[in-house]
Amino acid sequence: MNEPTNYAEYTVGEPIADTKAPDGPVAERWNRRRFEAKLVNPANRRKHTVIVVGTGLAGGAAGATLAEQGYHVVQFCYQDSPRRAHSIAAQGGINAAKNYRNDGDSIQRLFYDTVKGGDFRARESNVHRLAEVSVEIIDQCVAQGVPFAREYGGLLDTRSFGGVQVSRTFYARGQTGQQLLLGAYQALSRQIAAGAVEMHPRTEMLDLLVVDGRARGIVARDLITGAVSTYFADAVVLASGGYGNVFYLSTNAKNSNATAIWRAHRRGAHFANPCFTQIHPTCIPRSGDHQSKLTLMSESLRNDGRIWVPKARGDRRPPAEIPEDERDYYLERIYPSFGNLVPRDIASRAAKNVCDQGRGVGPGGQGVYLDFADAIARLGRKAVEEKYGNLFEMYERITAENPYEVPMRIYPAIHYTMGGLWVDYDLQTTVPGLFAIGEANFSDHGANRLGASALMQGLADGYFVLPSTINDYLARNPHHDEIDDSHPEVAEAVADTEDRLRLLLAVDGDRTPDSFHKEIGELLWEHCGMARTDEGLRKVLDRIPQIREEFWRRIKVPGTGEQLNQSLEKANRIVDYLELAELMCLDALHRAESCGGHFREESQTEGGEAARRDEEFSYAAAWEFTGTGMAPVLHKEDLVFEYVHPTQRSYA
Amino acid sequence: MRLTLRVWRQPDADAPGAMVTYGIDGISEDMSFLEMLDTLNEELILKGDEPVAFDHDCREGICGACGVVINGDAHGPERTTTCQLHMRHFNDGDTIDVEPWRAGAFPVVKDLVVDRSAFDRIIGAGGYITAPTGAAPEAHATPVPKPDADFAFEHAECIGCGACVAACPNGSAMLFTSAKINHLNVLPQGAPERETRVLDMVATMDEEGFGGCTLAGECATACPKGIPLPSIAAMNKEWLRATRKVSRS
Repeated sequence: MNEPTNYAEYTVGEPIADTKAPDGPVAERWNRRRFEAKLVNPANRRKHTVIVVGTGLAGGAAGATLAEQGYHVVQFCYQDSPRRAHSIAAQGGINAAKNYRNDGDSIQRLFYDTVKGGDFRARESNVHRLAEVSVEIIDQCVAQGVPFAREYGGLLDTRSFGGVQVSRTFYARGQTGQQLLLGAYQALSRQIAAGAVEMHPRTEMLDLLVVDGRARGIVARDLITGAVSTYFADAVVLASGGYGNVFYLSTNAKNSNATAIWRAHRRGAHFANPCFTQIHPTCIPRSGDHQSKLTLMSESLRNDGRIWVPKARGDRRPPAEIPEDERDYYLERIYPSFGNLVPRDIASRAAKNVCDQGRGVGPGGQGVYLDFADAIARLGRKAVEEKYGNLFEMYERITAENPYEVPMRIYPAIHYTMGGLWVDYDLQTTVPGLFAIGEANFSDHGANRLGASALMQGLADGYFVLPSTINDYLARNPHHDEIDDSHPEVAEAVADTEDRLRLLLAVDGDRTPDSFHKEIGELLWEHCGMARTDEGLRKVLDRIPQIREEFWRRIKVPGTGEQLNQSLEKANRIVDYLELAELMCLDALHRAESCGGHFREESQTEGGEAARRDEEFSYAAAWEFTGTGMAPVLHKEDLVFEYVHPTQRSYA
Repeated sequence: MRLTLRVWRQPDADAPGAMVTYGIDGISEDMSFLEMLDTLNEELILKGDEPVAFDHDCREGICGACGVVINGDAHGPERTTTCQLHMRHFNDGDTIDVEPWRAGAFPVVKDLVVDRSAFDRIIGAGGYITAPTGAAPEAHATPVPKPDADFAFEHAECIGCGACVAACPNGSAMLFTSAKINHLNVLPQGAPERETRVLDMVATMDEEGFGGCTLAGECATACPKGIPLPSIAAMNKEWLRATRKVSRS
């Protein structure tokens, strides 16, 4: 083993470039790429096997579509059913540039809003394609029977969302993610029943098989029997979601994890912009140390709810007793033109600022009010109930407070990760044959994602982009060689996985997996959360190797590996979080500017807004793994803005 | 609060199971039921015992992964999912029985975890609209009357948790199956497969070993999403209509 280096002393390697996006006018690139890509003859497609890991919007859509095209798909999810992937929890909606409202929307505007919303850290060609494809997604989902909200004339309804001034968000009450996911799941189920998709539920990917420099399969564990097996393919697609659960408390599902992408990173896939994490402004505040996850309240609530805190510090009066002139509707005050609908990063930071000033409400002063009194007076209770009924119910169930009568209390929480595996325009990672789609990749949202754009990107990647681009790879790389478990690179990966699981079971220490997960999560939230400093980040970077050392000395995992063992699953995911956390902090440390969700206290304007430093940081940071705890190599992808010229974002 | 839990423990599908009693203290009324089980599990791990296995994921009542029988009721005393049930609905000193879903078609995997894959096979039999990617017409080409869209949505809300089956004295999956049939069959997009959908899904439901419906109504009472009991009648009507139509042709 190599001598551990100082992790923070990273080196800068060769720049990285997206070589797949054609040049020419941005609006013609996607068409050109599709035309220039090589295709696989329909009769030959069944000879190709594609592995898809994950069954959320991106994975479910990709699995179904690839199978429809004729490929042999082998698909995995850790849940008991593909229908449970965490896309299901998305509430608010999905953006599309349909311009059904005739309010000035267009593909061009969605493209512009997304590049600007991402604080000029996304690739223009990818974002334009996303905006183009957005309109097809709505058509596709309606054809599948997704019950979007409709007007009385039978046509689709839309609403507005944070960070934009048009009404382009399609929705299905507060359960848009559920309905879109069920659409994809049903399409996938049809292919499973037809034998075109071989589905492995309750099976978790634990490593990537790279043979002769190409992704050729995965190592996965059957979560019921504990059996570790290999699966081979001509290409591997990771649709395993984001890594927000590294923070322990997040709005992600409890079992969402980073293992698939982190293991791929260890096998050579560069990890881009890991410090770009999104903190959602409207979550229910935590109620105590027992808190196991945080629950989001849809951003759509900001359409009608008004956010405020008392003007005076430490004002402990109940909200109803605080007169109007002693309330500070701080978003409306600071950002008059966007008001309560500023983008998420701005709303979150503003909430932190007022709480830091001692004006927060609720237990521990970690909350702000989201008040519907005006909306109820204006629209009537019934109309508010129609729009937000299920969200209000959920809030009341969790907090035992009635939001029709008392303002909601909200506080920001980790919600989404813009960073992820680096991919080119074809969504291929730096490992040939390994693709990453949906939240698992870094591509479209830059440093901040706009509301209702995650569903759009997941489905764009899964239904339309990947199924086109993967053809080119498969056509150019027909694999005629059979590989099996005896291949040295395969045997090594399997042995690695089995050793790690055995070791986790053998330590028999005195700390539970959750205790480590909470420890690393709190550290990150404190120093790599809403505001970051050089000093704080260095502190975490010093601390992580110690936690890792302690982990391998004190972890306790009861039971065996040959059974359903949920402690073992957790502990194994934490092993990866303990490395990923380190890379996130290093990325945050090296990016000495503020942009989007990444706020460095050292880089702000006089008014306290994020100050980008384009001359130095207008690039995507793609990190290459060199070993656990060892300084990684940074590859920069320069971002070129030909159409949307970087300006200081202003929502005032 | 302090509680006594009696939890079903079963090492695997083939081993016999039994109720095991645990005392637990320091439970906050703001905890969810699953956070209470987390607390128990942290204690068990430190003692070197195996924690209680249970399915859960989103913990916000939408993924449908969680679900246990609490004091005889699927998802417990409130009309919600187990993850959204909070301990404020229990009292200090209570004894709480925690069991897995009990149904022939949902074999126990371990402790509180059951195998609900039969639901996926029912959906695979016809719970979809055949619309291959790329083949879709413009979304506004076919308006859907709002009452139909609302009816579809109301049934599409099903989260596939299986509480309906667990609550039913016959272990019937009629409410689950009817929810999907009603969602798709009312929509113009679902019309071309209207007959095959209901016939194939109902046939698969029967093959999977779910019981018949005797209109006990327990399913709709247990359903955390409020899928109404008349859904079953609507499905029966669809089935009858399809059977006649097919036998005529």
